Parts: sequence; C-alpha cells; structure tokens
Amino acid sequence: MLTPAVLYITLLVALPFLLALFLSLTNSSAGSLQFSYVGFRNFQSVLANPVFQRSLRNTFIFTFVSQLAVMVLGNILARALMKSFRGKSIARFLILMPWAAPISLATLGWLWIFDSTFSVINWVLKVVGWLGPGSWYYWLGDATLGMAAIITIHVWRMLPFSTVILLAGLTAIPNEVREAAAIDGAGTLARIFRVEIPMMRPILTVAVLFGVVFTFTDMSVVYLLTRGGPFNSTHVLASLAFQEGVLGGDVGRGAAVAIFLVPLLVVLAVVMLRSARTAEVG
Amino acid sequence: MASRSPARRALAVVVHRATILFFIAFAVFPFYWMVVTSFKQNADLYVGATNTAHNPFIFNLPPTLDHLKLLFGQTLYLTWLRNTLFVGLVVVAITLLLAVPAGYSLARLTGRWGERLSIGIFLTYLVPSTLLFIPFSRLVSLLGLQNSLWALVLIYPTFTVPFCTWLLMGFFKSLPKEVEESAMVDGCSRVGAIWRIVLPLAVPGLLTVVIFALTLVIQEFVYSLTFISSVERMTVSVGVPVALVRGDVYYWGSLMAACLITSLPISILYNFFLDRFIAGFTVGAIK
Repeated sequence: MLTPAVLYITLLVALPFLLALFLSLTNSSAGSLQFSYVGFRNFQSVLANPVFQRSLRNTFIFTFVSQLAVMVLGNILARALMKSFRGKSIARFLILMPWAAPISLATLGWLWIFDSTFSVINWVLKVVGWLGPGSWYYWLGDATLGMAAIITIHVWRMLPFSTVILLAGLTAIPNEVREAAAIDGAGTLARIFRVEIPMMRPILTVAVLFGVVFTFTDMSVVYLLTRGGPFNSTHVLASLAFQEGVLGGDVGRGAAVAIFLVPLLVVLAVVMLRSARTAEVG
Repeated sequence: MASRSPARRALAVVVHRATILFFIAFAVFPFYWMVVTSFKQNADLYVGATNTAHNPFIFNLPPTLDHLKLLFGQTLYLTWLRNTLFVGLVVVAITLLLAVPAGYSLARLTGRWGERLSIGIFLTYLVPSTLLFIPFSRLVSLLGLQNSLWALVLIYPTFTVPFCTWLLMGFFKSLPKEVEESAMVDGCSRVGAIWRIVLPLAVPGLLTVVIFALTLVIQEFVYSLTFISSVERMTVSVGVPVALVRGDVYYWGSLMAACLITSLPISILYNFFLDRFIAGFTVGAIK
C-alpha cells in the first residue's frame, strides 16, 4: 500500500531533483528540448556574476535576520499567549492570520503599504515629524530600504508559525518543573534561560528549521515586491533562478543558481534526522 | 509570586496587554489596510502621503462598493477562483488516494525500515518548489502540458503528499491496532477492516488533510506562475498579482478586495485545524 506514494515521490521529487543537478551541467534552454553537456561552465559563469554574489549574500541575510527576529519575538509572544486572558482565542486567530494568507496576496498588501507615493508608513513618519519637509522614503526604490521591507514581510509571515510551535513546546513543560525552579530560588530570567529554553531545545530546533527552509527557499516575496530591484540589489537565489531559468530561458544557468539552495537544505535535513533520533533516545 | 505588591502586579498586566496588542496590530495591519482600501473612494484613496492633513486610516469620504463591482464584474477573479477550486479538488483526491494507504502502512510498519521510510517521505517536503520548477518545466513541455491546469494537478501532489502522509501516519498511530485486529478476527479482510473500521474513526484526520492540501494549493505561487501563461487559466494566487495589474496601472481597491476575500476564509479554516497542524510539525519534538 506504500508503493503508489513512494513511486509518485520517486518519479516527481527524487528524479526531478537529480534532473535539476544534471540540467545545471548542460546548456539546456527553454526553446528546445535538445542540449549538450557543458561541464561546470554554468557554475563558473554564475559564480563570476556580481548579481549572483549579491543574491547569495541577500539570501543568507534575509534568512538570518528574519529568523533571529522571529525567534526573539516568537519567544516573547508565546510567553504572552501562555497566560490566560479574555479574548485569547480571538487574539490567537488574529495573530495567526499572516501565516494562513496566501503569500502572494499578502505580499501584494505589503506592496501597497510600501507604495512610493501613498505609503501609509511615510504618512505616519511625516505626522510624527521623523520625515522632514522634502525628505521621503522610496521603500522599494532603494537597496537598503527594499531589504528592510523584504525582511519585515518574512518576519510578519513566519512569526505566527514559530509562535504556535514554541507555544506548544512551552505548554508541554510540566508546571512542577517551574515550581521546582522557583523553590530552588531561580528568578524569572534564570528560569527562562536555564530551565525552559534548554528543555525546549527540540521544539526550538523544529521552529528554526522550518522557518529557515521557508525563508531561504522563498521567491514570492522578492519577486512580487521588488522584482529583485533596484538594479538587481535585492535578488535572492530563488528569484534569480526564476529570472535566469524561466524568464530568461537559460535553463542550465537557472538550474545552476538553484543548486546553491541544496547544501543548506542538506545540512538542515541532517540536523532534523539527528534531532529525530535524539528525541527517540531521550 | 504572592509577595509581589499590587502595583507591580498591575504593571505586569498592563505590560502583558500592551505586548499582545502590539503583536495583534503588527499581524493584522495589512488586513486592516486591505479592508480600508477595498471600500474607499478613489478620491479618498489616492491623496498622497505628503498631505499630513488627510488621515489615511479612516474613511474621509463615504465607503463605496465600486471596487468590488469592478472585481466581480469586469475581471476574471471568479474564473481564477474556479480554476483554483478545480485544481484543489483534484489534488485533494489524488493526495488522499496516495497518502491514506501510505500513512496507514507507515503507522503499522514497525522496525527500522518503517521509521526510515517515514522520515524519508517527510524530508521530501523540504525540497523546495524553487529548486524543482526548473526540471518540471522540462517535464511539462515534454508532456505538452504547458499552460494547462493539468500541469498543476500533476505537480501539486509533490508537496501535499509528503506532509499529508506524515500527518496521517501520526493520526493512524493514535488509533490502537486492536481495533482492526478484532474486526479481522470477526472475519473482515484487512482492506475491509480499514474501510469499515479505521477510516470512519480517522475522519477528523482525513478532514485535516483535506483542508491542509486545499489551503496549500490556494497558497501555491511558484509553479502556477511558471506553468500558466494565459490569463483565463490562472489560479487566484497568480491571477490577482499578475493579471489584475494592467500595464502600470494598479487598481488598488479591487486588488486589495481580491486579497482580502481570498485570504479570510483560509485564515478561518486554518484556525480550526491549527492544533493538528502543529502536532504534525512537532512529532517527536514533544512527548
């Protein structure tokens, strides 16, 4: 009974994965089905391309900064949601909304918020006096502001996901443990950092792992928000692979760019397998 | 805790409420903005943020239904919804056909192999669409499925099947083996026992999988963008951002209405099934 699923996954995940590796070594293009082997030429030209170098750096910056923020904010939010208060279920629903909304449509909402003429953020900054007369933020027309905008969306989207996972971890810690820590004289901070966070390590791993995978491999946010611009300064690996391989029609080069996603995914998979094993032993 | 003074406790409550409100504001603001934009008259909408006297957070002119009328009357929004629903239902059917037997077998398969296989299937969920769309574009043109919704039907199970198999495996594991064994003692075949005894018990799990697969299909962007080029065949997640923008003109009112109308039902559905999704993600990490 396992066969159909395993067969499907082999044919449509494993084989295409290998095909991606193979295509990166060819001069395949979108127009024809014929191609020949070119060795590592795609990788050489991709690596020499400053746009690629920038996109590789951006991918890591976006992932690292947004996940760091998500972990800090997620821990605060999960702790706040641990307490019981009136309207908690509504609060949980509202906080979860960014994760459930389709990412392309949510990004469109942000595109409007960051609009060059009508940005409500700029309006607020004007009103409070941060932006003086004549000064203006072109959120998506500036490399630094564009990166900040992209990171904001990633944080906004991944925060609910990590929070509910962390919340599940916090709830699983028995109250006796907290009481024991209190009896032994541990203050709140000591309890959080020396007792709860170490106990939540497996669940923190899960939250970080999925957060990293979803952020690292995403192209929707960049594609819809900045198209990699201005001047290709906000591209990530995934959006660049799309630009080269699909829009540009150079399948071989596109595949070569996308292959750079693999090493990190392999590392994450190994971490995941390790933690699954220790969870079983422990 | 008891030694805390009333003043400090009151402060803690205030800080707690403020924290919750801050996070709600951050999460909800884009949706609030969609609501306001969807119902504002253009004269109220396109004022420009340099005008500090004009408060964009509120309706300065009476709300209007014009943007909704435009969305439903003059765009292909309903067609995109229909396309999405079509793909979604077929993909859900395929997912159930593949994931139910697989999830059940993995739940009952003991020993090293079962565990390895289940982790292996789950790991395929980590292979991203942004890596696979390139080989898939070859496959799709080889099969002559360019610009066809069937391309999506073929490919979407690559992300629904692994996770749904994993979710169902956890669910079947929670049903005791004795249930179907006693049915088999009573003369049922294994398939009969699964069909008559196990599946009815697993309805909540199956429902979770249906909702999950459906929402994943609605949310999917990359494959749909890559393989569908005609406007009338697009799914909603691509049609709205790609085809609702005409040239350089953004109809923000209609755009935001489309985003809102599509996102809200999914958010509500997700909320109901949240705890099961978390259980799926955290198998092994929580005991």
